[in-house]
Amino acid sequence: MLRIVNGRVVDPANGVDGEVRDVCVASGRIVADVPPQARRIDASGMVVMPGGVDMHCHIAGAKVNLARKLQPEDHRHDVHPRTAFTRSGVGGTVPSTFTTGYRYAMLGYTTAMEAAVPPLSARHTLEELHDTPVIDKGFYVLLGNNVMLFKLLEKGRLEEFGHAVAWLLSSSKAYTAKLVNPGGDEAWKGRRNANVTRLDEKIEPFELTPRQVIGALIRAVDDLGLPHPAHIHCNNLGHSGNFETTLETMRIAEGRRAHLTHIQFHSYGHVAGKSNDNPTSKAREISEFVNTHPNISADVGQVMFGNATAMTADAPLGYMLSRLSGGKWVNADTEHESGCGIVPFAYQDRVYTHALQWAIGLELFLMSKDPWRMVLSTDHPNGGSFMSYPKLIRLLMDREFRRQEMSKVNPRALRQTALADGLDREYTLGEIAIVTRAGPARLLGLKNKGHLGVGADADITIYEEHEDKEQMFSTPRYVIKDGQLIIEDHEFRADYEGRVLHVAPDYDPAIVDVIRPFFEEYYSIRFNNYAVDDSYLGRHEQVPTAAQRAKGS
Amino acid sequence: MSANITNPPLKTAAPAAARTRVVRDATCTFCGCVCDDMHLTVDDETHKIVKAENACVLGRAWFKEHGIEDRPFALIDGREAGTEEAIEAAAQILAEARFPIIYGLSDTTCEAQREAVAIADMIGGNIDTTTSVCHGPSGMAFQGVGESTATLGEIRNRADLLVFWGGNPAESHPRLFTRYAVTAKGMYVPNGKKDRTVVLVDVRRTPSAAVADIFIQVKPRRDFEVLWALRALVKGADVDPDIEQVTGVALATLQDLAARMKACRFGALMFGMGLTMTRGRHFNSGALLALASDLNRYTHFIAKPVRGHGNVTGADNVMSWQTGFPFGVNLSRGYPRFNPGEFTTVDLLARGDVDAAMIIAADPGANFPQSAIDHLRRIPVVVLDPKLSHTSRHAKVAITTATYGISVGGTVYRMDDVPLTLRPALPSPYPSDETVLKAIRQRVKELLGGGRVPAPAHAGVAA
Repeated sequence: MLRIVNGRVVDPANGVDGEVRDVCVASGRIVADVPPQARRIDASGMVVMPGGVDMHCHIAGAKVNLARKLQPEDHRHDVHPRTAFTRSGVGGTVPSTFTTGYRYAMLGYTTAMEAAVPPLSARHTLEELHDTPVIDKGFYVLLGNNVMLFKLLEKGRLEEFGHAVAWLLSSSKAYTAKLVNPGGDEAWKGRRNANVTRLDEKIEPFELTPRQVIGALIRAVDDLGLPHPAHIHCNNLGHSGNFETTLETMRIAEGRRAHLTHIQFHSYGHVAGKSNDNPTSKAREISEFVNTHPNISADVGQVMFGNATAMTADAPLGYMLSRLSGGKWVNADTEHESGCGIVPFAYQDRVYTHALQWAIGLELFLMSKDPWRMVLSTDHPNGGSFMSYPKLIRLLMDREFRRQEMSKVNPRALRQTALADGLDREYTLGEIAIVTRAGPARLLGLKNKGHLGVGADADITIYEEHEDKEQMFSTPRYVIKDGQLIIEDHEFRADYEGRVLHVAPDYDPAIVDVIRPFFEEYYSIRFNNYAVDDSYLGRHEQVPTAAQRAKGS
Repeated sequence: MSANITNPPLKTAAPAAARTRVVRDATCTFCGCVCDDMHLTVDDETHKIVKAENACVLGRAWFKEHGIEDRPFALIDGREAGTEEAIEAAAQILAEARFPIIYGLSDTTCEAQREAVAIADMIGGNIDTTTSVCHGPSGMAFQGVGESTATLGEIRNRADLLVFWGGNPAESHPRLFTRYAVTAKGMYVPNGKKDRTVVLVDVRRTPSAAVADIFIQVKPRRDFEVLWALRALVKGADVDPDIEQVTGVALATLQDLAARMKACRFGALMFGMGLTMTRGRHFNSGALLALASDLNRYTHFIAKPVRGHGNVTGADNVMSWQTGFPFGVNLSRGYPRFNPGEFTTVDLLARGDVDAAMIIAADPGANFPQSAIDHLRRIPVVVLDPKLSHTSRHAKVAITTATYGISVGGTVYRMDDVPLTLRPALPSPYPSDETVLKAIRQRVKELLGGGRVPAPAHAGVAA
């Protein structure tokens, strides 16, 4: 039992904005009161917040492990020694699993969601998540290029499509459905590394378009009542002029819930008639659409200058980046489910495009009218490591610092953006708490996370107040996970195994008879060996669907 | 002590209710194909797998020749002992050592591999797998150039050009041809072999040549030159016709192959140890991986190392996610360091650097260079293995463990990184590697008392 006293509590979900009040913890939960003998933590001069929630990162599974293997040079300079409590590992842009968990905790984050896993790699992902300590974790399963689903959809078998989606989610122990460049994989694998570029283009050889795939998955996930909607990486990521695809994708939702991820990468215009096809900023158009459509949410996917690793299920994008970088490249096709591209990458402040990407991310943050629906991410490690979150927070909270940083970047790029017009907003502590924990928790439908109300998970971070917000958010004084004091006085005091968060939507068992024949015909593993059994979950929490919640299961 | 493993009496291991039963969709762990469509008929009276439907000749032998042997649970200095006593002895060795190594791991489950890495981390030892003596060079090449790759199902469903290089799958991985690649029918190659062109490149004509439409014989030790010439031809550069004198392959043959590779719709280069363990090693693998990557300017092309052991791919994966590096990892500074040639087991042993070893599911005593074996005989060695091996014969502590895939469940990774859950068919009186390693880990932790470096037990313990 714990009583945290004298701290300024920032808990926007409960309307608490910096008041000094006690936070009490018992049995891993926030409680109204604890007996006087409970341990007291004096948080004088400190800010008490819920633990951070990263709703979009790449931290575990087949592609992440390939990216780890690929970059010994990235590990050697950033080692993570073992302690009496914790395992050793390595860092860099793609840290080892133990280091990933510890470093999230060291930033005050207590939940992180791996954002792209083919069903066939679910088992691998869960094994890695098991070795990712402290934080709660889960993953989104890639369904936007699933051939079995395409075959149902092109025949208009929508009901079976919905059951098959539920079966895939349940069988892989995922958290929601992820779409990546829907329709692009078939072109990549089957038509000599081609891609789809328009939402109404036919996905050869299927009688299907990306628009139909996106619409069907948004609908299926919404109908299943999953805690988090379809999580969409739009077509044409990174391409000049892609903002129209992004707007059109959001319109497909027609009022249903949809989450658009790393939307910065999808907010580019282009200048007609220009030979160099450099992108321009369309942050204002994207921002306006999101601001005025409460069914839509997004995470920014901020670019931070320095080393990154592009790792994506968007294989054509990976190839494009490899041609830009000229360095090593990984492509990895997963049968009937996904593509994958991995490229070590560095964002440079003097490069026009990189500076523009950086500025567009900041525009999206600063023009957002609803921080609950435009939350913080770097698409770790695509736009930069999660270790750069404190610096990003300072960029949002400290306009002087932002000006300094703006003076270093390519001025031609900056002139394209609203940053140059004196976008002077500074995020408050409360808004930072929203975009880093309360907002993502709400978007994920995690009712016990992202806030400090009675009954919430006792995932708590205590930061020492500091003028330099980067420093403040880099090194929390205390981190509490499920009521356990994991970090005290900036140091690890214990190791801890967090929970796997997953869904198990109900489906008609007869769907198995529809799915099995496809498997037996076209997969290289047996249908009976496909579904992941519960033994891979370890500590876990099944987050109910709307229907399950209503039934009280 | 907390290891609480009580050995059952060996003779009562076989219950005899129903005479036979069938375990469907079990996984064969004999080779890296890890075929998961085995239907095993088990005779519980004789305690045998009497039929292994769908198995290849190697798989049939793997399943049918397996029986519960009358091996002692453990041997300590050649004396029969219980598992628990052997765990204590093993833990003492590891806790007292100043530079212990852990090696093997490619024929056990990921669950056991995770425990092994945890022990290496705790004792500040060195950990390495059989990858360092098979496709280690491919791992290094991967770090240098990357890789375009695919799961075996993509090859089965799409590949219209297959190039096998430096391997003899017909004898080493028979079902690579029938289940995944050559004769298998797929979504876009519905007629199987008729829809594919198969090329075999090797230094000698092997039984695999029988399935090849084109066989290209390369002079021994000249693979790199051939690969590099192909890269040049693919990019449209000129190649000296004298290449035939160097490599034994006519320029016209290479031009034809380059043209076929550019013209196919989905090409796959699958390569074996004939490439990685000959002159050039990681340069060869790197040239091949780069060739496959280059070809993606023209068409879809992938490359795939054909892995040998049943879960060597799992070992690469576990090592990578836990330490950041796929093999040859040293933890003596308290964090992982990777340096093939320095932290690879053959080199450590041959230099006489190490003072204790734990060998799990591998037999370096049978296949390492003599200088390495000589050192292995000088130091205390702990062995975990289902069978008597050249290594366990000379071990200070030899612990008999149950065979993965036959008696032990858990996770293995196919050569294409696809993870599978095992369906063990026969019960075993022996504990699993995972169980033993967990107990050793717990006991070593107690012996180290939370301290990372044990006090030297007695002078001169180090070699």
